[in-house]
Amino acid sequence: MRESMEFDVVIVGAGPAGLSAACRLMQQAREKEQELTVCVVEKGSEVGAHILSGAVIESRAMDELFPDWKEMGAPLNTPVTADEVYLFKSDTAAKKVPNALIPKTMHNTGHGLNNYVVSLGNVCRWLAEQAESLGVEVFPGFAAAEVLFNDDGSVKGVATGDMGITAAGEQGPNYMEGMELHAKYTLFAEGCRGHLGKLLIEKFQLDIHADTQHYGVGLKELWNIDPGKHRPGLVIHGSGWPLNTGGSYDTTGGFFLYHLENNQVVVGLIVDLNYTNPWLSPFDEFQRMKHHPVLADHLAGGNRVAYGARAITKGGFNALPKMTFPGGLLIGCNAGTLNFSKIKGTHTAMKSGMLAAEAVFEAITAGDKSSKELSSFNDKFKDSWAYDELFRSRNFGPAMHKFGPILGGAFNFVDQNIFAGKLPITLHDEKADYAQLKPADQCPKVDYPKPDGRLSFDKLSSVFISNTNHEEDQPCHLKLKDASIPIAQNLPLYAEPAQRYCPAGVYEVIEEGSGPRFQINAQNCVHCKTCDIKDPAQNITWVVPEGAGGPNYPNM
Amino acid sequence: MKLIVSVKRVIDYNIKVRVKADNTGVDLANVKMALNPFCEIAVEEAIRLKEAGVASEVVVVSIGPTAVQEQLRTALALGADRAIHVETDELPEPLNVAKLLAKVIEAEQPGLVILGKQSIDSDNNQVGQMLAALAGRPQGTFASEVKVEGGKVLVTREVDGGLRTLSLDLPAIVTTDLRLNEPRYAKLPDIMKAKRKPLDVKTPADLGVELKQHITQLKVETPAQREAGIKVDSVDALIDKLKNEAKVI
Amino acid sequence: MNILLIAEHDNSALNPATLSAVSAATQIGGELTVLVAGADCQNVADEAAKVSGVSKVLLADNAAYAKGLAENLSALIAEVATGYSHIIAAASSTSKDTMPRVAALLDVGQLSEIIAVESADIFKRPIYAGNAIATVQSQDAVKVITVRTSAFDKAAAEGGCAGVETVANSRDSGTSNFVNEELVKSDRPELTAASVVISGGRGLGSAENFALLENVADKLGAAIGASRAAVDAGFVSNDLQVGQTGKIVAPELYIAVGISGAIQHLAGMKESKVIVAINKDEEAPIFQLADYGLVGDLFKVLPELEAKL
Repeated sequence: MRESMEFDVVIVGAGPAGLSAACRLMQQAREKEQELTVCVVEKGSEVGAHILSGAVIESRAMDELFPDWKEMGAPLNTPVTADEVYLFKSDTAAKKVPNALIPKTMHNTGHGLNNYVVSLGNVCRWLAEQAESLGVEVFPGFAAAEVLFNDDGSVKGVATGDMGITAAGEQGPNYMEGMELHAKYTLFAEGCRGHLGKLLIEKFQLDIHADTQHYGVGLKELWNIDPGKHRPGLVIHGSGWPLNTGGSYDTTGGFFLYHLENNQVVVGLIVDLNYTNPWLSPFDEFQRMKHHPVLADHLAGGNRVAYGARAITKGGFNALPKMTFPGGLLIGCNAGTLNFSKIKGTHTAMKSGMLAAEAVFEAITAGDKSSKELSSFNDKFKDSWAYDELFRSRNFGPAMHKFGPILGGAFNFVDQNIFAGKLPITLHDEKADYAQLKPADQCPKVDYPKPDGRLSFDKLSSVFISNTNHEEDQPCHLKLKDASIPIAQNLPLYAEPAQRYCPAGVYEVIEEGSGPRFQINAQNCVHCKTCDIKDPAQNITWVVPEGAGGPNYPNM
Repeated sequence: MKLIVSVKRVIDYNIKVRVKADNTGVDLANVKMALNPFCEIAVEEAIRLKEAGVASEVVVVSIGPTAVQEQLRTALALGADRAIHVETDELPEPLNVAKLLAKVIEAEQPGLVILGKQSIDSDNNQVGQMLAALAGRPQGTFASEVKVEGGKVLVTREVDGGLRTLSLDLPAIVTTDLRLNEPRYAKLPDIMKAKRKPLDVKTPADLGVELKQHITQLKVETPAQREAGIKVDSVDALIDKLKNEAKVI
Repeated sequence: MNILLIAEHDNSALNPATLSAVSAATQIGGELTVLVAGADCQNVADEAAKVSGVSKVLLADNAAYAKGLAENLSALIAEVATGYSHIIAAASSTSKDTMPRVAALLDVGQLSEIIAVESADIFKRPIYAGNAIATVQSQDAVKVITVRTSAFDKAAAEGGCAGVETVANSRDSGTSNFVNEELVKSDRPELTAASVVISGGRGLGSAENFALLENVADKLGAAIGASRAAVDAGFVSNDLQVGQTGKIVAPELYIAVGISGAIQHLAGMKESKVIVAINKDEEAPIFQLADYGLVGDLFKVLPELEAKL
């Protein structure tokens, strides 16, 4: 029998949603002078280690959670001061989009809401400090590996993963059995494509009334730039080249470049994972993109400090699954509360966590001891501004997918600026991202330039500065349902796209005398989940490795 | 027998260090910090000695700003009984650390002091030896095996080319090498309990030590990038270069 | 300036590491005295007296110093130290054990594993496992220093004619006793201590082909290493892995065979004094930091190298 611990609420994942829920729970308990035990488990080695986001965040949810966050020292230090949007026509040409033509949701200044360029990792570190000072137990380095169920089928809690299991699956010298964490309610806040969230969606059929979910993969770097070029608060977005040109023809996505404090700039590219050409490599698209003069102008002479990647849940309102089930909730990006039209998800994730905290606290104070389904959450959510803005943006992503970035962009302009998202039509996009790949022999190969070592870099030196590592002697955390598929099926059909869609060089096909061999370098994994999403055979399942493994992002 | 273990808070070994643009040091802002790996091995060894009935109490000591209490709590979660934090503004240099520790052991009178052989930030490899000199005690450095028997401690040391075993009179000072043990993981309930274990805060003045500067760090730089050398066109040319130019064979 | 250099030896011969420390001492400048402390080690003192640049040798020949016990050696050195501005030794397991003890007895700081001499009191030393280099200045009247030997050329073993003086002194603490020692009698030096390392990567193609490396290693007295790719492919066990998650080596000579040179590997060997790369892909990143590159088929190059060494 595994040891167990009892809490009122267990939260999986110390991101913005999970930590906001934890803080809000304790705030209510303090107001009502009630005992409440709340525990947060986080697979990263510390809070923030696995957080990767742009990020421009809207302070709306933070204003509600901690009205005096400024005095309390929350690291929202750089208000957005200027917005620029570009359409890249080629590797050198760009068109700056006049403000009047940009969908309103993409404006970061001047509409009454306050936006800040932040390191979301540092915001989470700060939220964790607040949570701990409110009495929450935060346990980084512990991965929730398993969902536990009561006899009636409701969620009982989670179990943390065993530590010290060898690659052969045996108990090593420092073996420590996982632990059961039981709770009245368990909140799953694992972020995009959480591996427990995925199981719960399936088990409770949470998505049967929702459209197919869609994803993107975001790649990001942090740079120290020439102080002479630094414009704190400058926010640049854009689309076009290198996507939807040449071999990347029908691929959509967009780039960002934000100026933070301390002469630091973040640059990133989001590639929608419904791309069709198996030769496409999001990593290499990102690397060549930085050579565009508009971006290179900011970066040249600087040096790269950190690299990382993370998938994004971007299906929006139409694809949002039911978030409640007996004994728990899915919150934040684990459900899919990102507002793609704003390219922001932190405020809605935090809000979903706060609303979940309110529903859970009401149920617990009402003396609820069993693990019911909290339908009260759905009412709270429907009444919230988060729901309102997700509803208004429901067509944004599907329009881009259906009509492409130009016509889709025009639709979004009309929809968002003229009708404020209230056009009485809803667009749907029902084809799953993994099913979009065309056979490799029907697609043009993409000829990516060699990295120059100044603006662009190779994959392994990039992974190096994600600070990722996994204890070597442990079972591989990237499970193949059928080990023969990569070579027997994916290789002939799609030239095994895992080699290219993985932004961390985890997957390789090695030519050996006896033929090709599929190699999984699990130590390189940055926990982005792209493989779990994009494998055309849906043959790869991402599970949590031993706790504390994975990237160690500073200031990302 | 009481054991004292001293531990240091350092940058996590997975983090690639980056030198600050002004060359005053490496960038530690929002970077993951951890228990120095050699210190973690020291803590583990002490706990094993306690579990084996050799030791009755394990006291863990760290020196530095308030943040080092995080690492003291980690050691408490792993099984140390109580902690002493000697509070200083910065991380003092090895001789000062040794002087502070010498005062702590003068007050605590442990039978054995276990330290990591070096910290992975400053790479000095000095404190244990300095402490042994100041306390006038024998030392067993770079230990790969520690056995306490009959008022002595047998320490097997990793030395160039092999292993060497010494027998030391107690009390003694031991520093750990990597192969001494494989540290355990902290358990969740123990992490919670660790928050309530005793932790005393002292200052150098309380211990009667005046911190002195012996070594000044003038600047910190990124190591020079190696430049590509030359290509040779044959094995003969390679052997010639290695023999006559590089003189390494 | 007066420098006291502690000889590294095994009671019968002077360890060549001492010669690198002599070079560092010569760069500091001043009179150089070598202390040979051991038992039945007259031979070592005679060798030390011939080293170029040495002006005097002190011989402390006593059973108390036979096994290099730090308690006894440090007491001796601290006593002999009077009048010297620098006390210096090649970094080794003996000096790392002893010198900090000497520093504490003299109430001074120690400068560990210096890699460059900037002036008589300013030195460079690696920190963070060589990922940063600190320039440090000693504020003490006596500077206690250990020297990373791979950073300094060896002084000439011949050419000097220093006089040998005897130090009649026996410092035995009595608290520390030698029990036994097990020196590894392997044909191959230990990876992290070897002065020559030859490493193989995925290019070797199989576990069997590592035999080609072993043949060359035998000729060079080299240790065998491997890249992670070779370990992951199952060619060799992971205790041979050089790199970020493996061992960090800094030999005099590092030969990378069939290794492309991913940064994760470079992190483990870039401090080597001389790097040789043998690879059939002339674009391989390893050539960007190799002192000598040979583009060619390793299956031809290795047997030829073995034959000609």
